[in-house]
Amino acid sequence: MIEILIMVLCSIGALAILLASIGMLRMPDLYLRLSVTTKAATLGIGLILIGGAFHFKDVGVTSRSLAILFFVTLTSPISAQLIAKAAYFIRAKMWKGTVLDELNGMYNMTTHILHSKTEEEQEIEKKAGEKSERVETPGKNTKAD
Amino acid sequence: MELYDFFVYIILPILSLSTILVFIRFLKGPTIADRVISFDLLVNVGIGSICIYSILSNQPTFLDIGMIVALIGFLSTAAFSYYLEKRERND
Repeated sequence: MIEILIMVLCSIGALAILLASIGMLRMPDLYLRLSVTTKAATLGIGLILIGGAFHFKDVGVTSRSLAILFFVTLTSPISAQLIAKAAYFIRAKMWKGTVLDELNGMYNMTTHILHSKTEEEQEIEKKAGEKSERVETPGKNTKAD
Repeated sequence: MELYDFFVYIILPILSLSTILVFIRFLKGPTIADRVISFDLLVNVGIGSICIYSILSNQPTFLDIGMIVALIGFLSTAAFSYYLEKRERND
């Protein structure tokens, strides 16, 4: 009975890993590849590790495999986010069917700081701020007089 | 069908096939970030293979190796992304 459970868990996990690798090969774009592989591979590894925990039926082994599962689940989104950010900075090409790039112009490419407005809007705001300062300074002088 | 035959004839070939598919992307990858992602997936498939092998040989000690491999994979991805960003900043 427990063998059937292990077989089902391991076959679903292996199929998830196979789907992740097919997506890795056939997706047109780095970001799409990333989004496919992280989720599917985490699912596959988790199911296989749970199958291993069921096979050994031991507290130590179960906690060990759960620790690996916890670690993989914790770190794979972090590494995906890090590598996606790096790929955005080295300007990895997007798929030509991409509809929306919400980060377009939001990053300062030299200092790597994320702003909530595009660079053009920031320049317009700067100019507006300078103008208002120029208007304010003579007013202050008159008050001082 | 016993567990041993199932693992040897079905699960391990599927994992080997997925390793080959990922390795094709590792060789083709247009940018270096593609190679880093495919290396990450290779590490993950390796952890799965190690777990299957530990069930096959009935030795849970191999799971420790899986944990270390997961640690090394995460650290390598983090270091690669850090230096990719830094290289672009110096240019």
